[in-house]
This record gives sequence, C-alpha cells and structure tokens, in this order.
Amino acid sequence: MSSIERPAPKPRPVYLNLARIRLPVPGLVSILHRISGAGLFLVGVPLLLYGVQQSLASPESFESLRAAAATPLAKIVLIGLLWAYLHHFCAGLRYLLLDVHQFIDLKPARQSSVVVLIASLALTVLIGIRLW
Amino acid sequence: MVKPIVVGAHYGLKDWLTQRLTAVAMALYTLILLAIAGYHGGIDYAFWQALFANSAFRVATLLFGLALLWHAWVGMRDIWMDYIKPTALRLTLEMLTVVALLGYAGWLVDILWGGR
Repeated sequence: MSSIERPAPKPRPVYLNLARIRLPVPGLVSILHRISGAGLFLVGVPLLLYGVQQSLASPESFESLRAAAATPLAKIVLIGLLWAYLHHFCAGLRYLLLDVHQFIDLKPARQSSVVVLIASLALTVLIGIRLW
Repeated sequence: MVKPIVVGAHYGLKDWLTQRLTAVAMALYTLILLAIAGYHGGIDYAFWQALFANSAFRVATLLFGLALLWHAWVGMRDIWMDYIKPTALRLTLEMLTVVALLGYAGWLVDILWGGR
C-alpha cells in the first residue's frame, strides 16, 4: 500500500452555468456567428423574399416598400439584420482563413476575432448612418 | 436493448465543404450586386426591373438563393442537433426547417420566373 494520499478529486461541474462562463473573444465571435445565422434564416430570408417580390411587382409597390422601410421600427430591424449579415460575413471570412491555417496560434486567433467583432460593428454603424 | 440514436453519419466533411463553397458563392454575388448598384449610382425601380429582366442575373440570383438555402439547412441542422436533445422535437424542427426552405425556394422561383 502506498503511503501517498491521492488528492480527493474535485467535483466536476454537472452542468455549465452560461451566466458564469467567461467566454473568450473567439468564443463570443463563434456564438454570435450562430445567433446571427439563425436570425438571418428565421427573419432575414422571409423579409428578403417579400422585399424582392414587392420591389419588382410594380412602381407603386416599389415606392410603398421604400416608405415602409423608412419607418423607425423597420430601420431598427433592418440595422439588426445588417449587423447579422456583416458579422456572419466577417466571421465566416475568418473561418475560411483558419481553414487555410492563417491566424492559427492563440494570439493571432484572438486578435483576428477582435478584428471581426469590431469591423462588423463599425461597418454596421457606418452603413447604418448612411441608410438612416 | 439497443437504444436507437437518431443522428446521421459520414456527412461531416461534405457539410463542412458545402458551407465553404456556398459561402463563397454568396459572398461573390453580394459583391457583384454591390458593384452593379455602385456603378449605376443607386437603385431605382426602372433599373431594378431591367436588372431582373436579364436572364443571366435571374440565374445568378437563383444560384445565390439555392446556395443560401443549402447553407441555412446545414447551419440550422447543426443548431438543432447541438441544442435540442429530445429526438422527436429535434426531428420535428428539422422537418419544419426543410419545409420552410423548400417553400422559400419555390417562392424565389415564382418571383424570378412567375411572370409579372
């Protein structure tokens, strides 16, 4: 019998409390990639199809679509979708670069995820201001 | 008793590649559309109508739409697989997703070739 006492195993978490996890930035970009993708599918695709249909149907429906898009509520929804598209686009671009082994190490991976987060927000603000 | 586990197999690499190829196709379409709009200096009804009267643009738009729907299928299925544990609920959500995607595809074809 060995006299060395094995340390008592630490209790493993049986579930993960999402509110208590400090997510690193690449993780944040990853979950936002999912959330933005789901939003684009659930809200963006039907709105896009409806919009294209209305914009092509007649000059009158083109103008009424333009008027509907100019209401504050519509603008908020559209800017949300704009951010979702831009974030999904930029984060996707980063994944393509990771696929070809760019920014693979921990530090570059973190830096590129910060770039994705800030670039998509900055582009949303810039384009949003122009469209508002 | 063997519990049946309702997940597929062997589609990982194909789906991974699908997401990349459809993403690149959509990105190209987005950039081309932005370039067309920028070159024309904005979009008014007459220009928009003329653009969609061009059959090459309609085909490109159809390809964009199909890429989007395929991409959305892989992505949404990943989300349902990761977060929805009860099999019956997951399969229901996956089925609803497929129905929505096929419906959207039909809607797109109707918009592009339905005759106005």
